[in-house]
Amino acid sequence: MNGAASIPLPVAALIGVCLVAGAFLALMGAIGLVRLQSFYERVHAPTLGSSLGMMLILTSSVLYFSTIRGELVLHEILIAVFLTLTTPISLMLIVRAALARDRREGVPGVPPLEPEDAG
Amino acid sequence: MSADLLTAAVTLAQLMLVVAMGLYIFRMVRGPRAQDRVIALDAFYVCGMLLLVTLGMRTSSTLYFEASVIIALLGFASTVAMAKFLMRGEVVE
Repeated sequence: MNGAASIPLPVAALIGVCLVAGAFLALMGAIGLVRLQSFYERVHAPTLGSSLGMMLILTSSVLYFSTIRGELVLHEILIAVFLTLTTPISLMLIVRAALARDRREGVPGVPPLEPEDAG
Repeated sequence: MSADLLTAAVTLAQLMLVVAMGLYIFRMVRGPRAQDRVIALDAFYVCGMLLLVTLGMRTSSTLYFEASVIIALLGFASTVAMAKFLMRGEVVE
């Protein structure tokens, strides 16, 4: 952590709290993915880490690099914007694929095809 | 003082992220179905990307930032390809 000694203590505390909170959310998402019972429940859990957890960790990184450089460093925004755009898309694609597979195999409890989707 | 605090925070965060990645690997190995493995892999690469961001903070270099951007880009492409494969049974039609 070279350069970290020059960071004022309140800023360092804020960076640390954001970082630990983000990593904790990612860990909670992983525990949820392991513990929840059905696939459609499990899909929701990891998004804790990839939405708010990602935001908190990237915020702490922006704060850290801005403080040690003495100027505004915003390149982490690139990752934040990209992940915020792509996470819902990829999850929707996976769940639609899982739904199609479940329907094909006749798994009980899966809702039937709606009329407007039938074409 | 603040350097010690930040080192402790980064170490704790990295520990949590590594445990999370281990749990994702558990779900990837365990299954039970292919879509569970794809979801676990999707969350796994996000976690690895966050780990690289914290590693960049630990070393105070922006080198890891570029690696994490590449992981985010390629991870999305791979997840889309695998979702397509689960849907149709082939990636390029």
